[in-house]
Amino acid sequence: MVTGLFIPCYIDQFYPEVAMHTMQLLEKYGCEVVYPLNQTCCGQPMANSGFEYLTEKSNELFTKNFSGLDYIVCPSGSCTLHIKEHLHSSKDETAAQKIRHNIYELSEFLTDILQVTELHASFNHRVGIHQSCHGLRGLMLSQMSELVATPFSKPVQLLKMVKGLEIVNLNRADECCGFGGTFCVTEEAVSVKMGKDRVEDHLRQQVEFITGVDMSCLMHMDGILKRMKSNVRVKHIAEILNSN
Amino acid sequence: MLTHADLSEKFNADEPRVDWHDETLWWVRQKRDHAAKQIPEWEELRELASVIKNNVLSNLSGYLVEFEKRATENGVTVHWASDAEEHNRILLQIIQQHGATSIVKSKSMLTEECHLNPFLAENGIDVVDTDLGERIVQLADEAPSHIVLPCIHWKKEEIGELFHQHLGTPKGNADPVLLTRAARAHLREKFLAAKVAITGANFAIAETGEFVVCTNEGNADMGAHLADVHIACMGIEKIIPERKHLGVFLRLLARSATGQPITTYSSHFNRPAHGQEMHIVLVDNGRSRQLGRSDFRNSLKCIRCAACFNTCPVYRRSGGHSYHTAIAGPIGSILAPNLDMRNYADLPFASTLCGSCTNVCPVKIDIHQQLYKWRQVLVNEGYVEPGKKMAIKSMAKVLSSPGIFRKAGRLGRWILRRLPFLTNNRWNPWFKQREMPEAPKQSFRDWYIRNKKSKQ
Repeated sequence: MVTGLFIPCYIDQFYPEVAMHTMQLLEKYGCEVVYPLNQTCCGQPMANSGFEYLTEKSNELFTKNFSGLDYIVCPSGSCTLHIKEHLHSSKDETAAQKIRHNIYELSEFLTDILQVTELHASFNHRVGIHQSCHGLRGLMLSQMSELVATPFSKPVQLLKMVKGLEIVNLNRADECCGFGGTFCVTEEAVSVKMGKDRVEDHLRQQVEFITGVDMSCLMHMDGILKRMKSNVRVKHIAEILNSN
Repeated sequence: MLTHADLSEKFNADEPRVDWHDETLWWVRQKRDHAAKQIPEWEELRELASVIKNNVLSNLSGYLVEFEKRATENGVTVHWASDAEEHNRILLQIIQQHGATSIVKSKSMLTEECHLNPFLAENGIDVVDTDLGERIVQLADEAPSHIVLPCIHWKKEEIGELFHQHLGTPKGNADPVLLTRAARAHLREKFLAAKVAITGANFAIAETGEFVVCTNEGNADMGAHLADVHIACMGIEKIIPERKHLGVFLRLLARSATGQPITTYSSHFNRPAHGQEMHIVLVDNGRSRQLGRSDFRNSLKCIRCAACFNTCPVYRRSGGHSYHTAIAGPIGSILAPNLDMRNYADLPFASTLCGSCTNVCPVKIDIHQQLYKWRQVLVNEGYVEPGKKMAIKSMAKVLSSPGIFRKAGRLGRWILRRLPFLTNNRWNPWFKQREMPEAPKQSFRDWYIRNKKSKQ
């Protein structure tokens, strides 16, 4: 199974270890991982700012990089959702359509496609999970607290397979952290307040780590934790699922 | 002009107050969740409400004409207003015909949207808002900050002080029972004196020509029954086809709004009582324009429950006045640009696009998708600061050229490591209250080429 690895631009630049763990996890479960070297960005920062019309070039580049693969996997719910909802190509729309259909966020790929039931990972810590909005309400990785529907959670399903890991219950199970892309700087005051409140919910449960499927939300919360001089750290779910 | 970002920064200057505001509204969201979960078929009910409203929007003109016919047969006078100005003029005319100088009004967000109160005041008419929350903000010379809970930004101690000044309650007394009794006595005089009563309308039924007003305080009924003339103002989208559809909406409205099974009063107005007059003003004010925007038309399904306000993490932490429009919150942010793109160009950006609004909406408006689409429209129409446009254009260039992206990334990480003062300063909004991420020496791609590709 040839699986394309899509590493979002900011993970490539700031969190290479998240990408390494993602790749190793996929290889562990038998995927032949291909990493197209000319990849950059999904185009989301421009599109969410109202400039979707400026994403034509990044769309064409993405389509060129990732066409002809069985699956594409990405360790970010937000970037995955953007591709699913907005990738188009004037040069090869068939390829773009296939990509929209075949792209998966890492945790849903592990539960739904690879159907992982055992992980051989251990992480002896108290962990809070941040349900990033685009993964939650866009990709429906977990049940949403607003709906009257049966609960489930793909990331939690995986974290429960990790030896020694203890998941805490939060007061607000799936409230937004306030990162929001460019919102984090254009609406700095509200963004930070949302982040502080999210972090406090985890701190009240005395977590040692906050994990999630989106490094961008975690980067925002990490910036707040560090400014507070807290010892609590963030860890992308790939790092925990691949820990020994 | 101050934008949502400016106004919410001011709101956030008092952090304990933000916490209080957030927790108060979160409590309402939890009450909504609890009420919804008592109804196993909740999601089907939302779907049903949504399709009824879709039908209404697709056949709006027919239903409106049917409603006018039935209402007229019932003895009600029906008026049509194409915009706020015409609406206000019609009301003034009716009020002046009856020689009234003092009138009562129950909650109507439409009259807020049309700025009726200042218009009537300029024409020498004293309007008293009779909804308690609205009366409080009116005494304080403010606009409502929430469409269901107009004075949710006021603490009871502050209301005690306000009532002490205006209604003569004892200084320093913030007992809710005492304050409510004082308001009741004060409003009772106004009710008895008013010749004309204005109400809103939550629903109007095409089949029967009746309209329904939902309140918890009974103030709409008190006003309408005591006055010689009852004027109901409603947006043209409030119509529903048949009386049997009302049950679907009444089950959803109060549960979504406050977590109550139903509002205390759901009053049906069919015809004027003997010796009284009843008027209905059907108002467009941009609604048919919105109906013509295929991406945004279904925002007109809104039944004004404010569930999207209460769940919105941005609204809870920025307050209603930061939206600088009559209808705040997520739904206001998709309605306001239709009225005035220039003035409200900031509102669709006052969101993280988290999507919680869409999930609580009882009529399934895709609010967060419309926020995204309004952003595209506003940028295309040129309502964007030139600085932002230039910045995004350069970002688009860097992020779509692999070579430039890699060089810029390497340079950026080098700066973060070696010259942190270039980023860690007061001009960087990220750094103001957050540390910057640590910058590694090599990117994933660098690592991949060294460790993986060479082995293949």
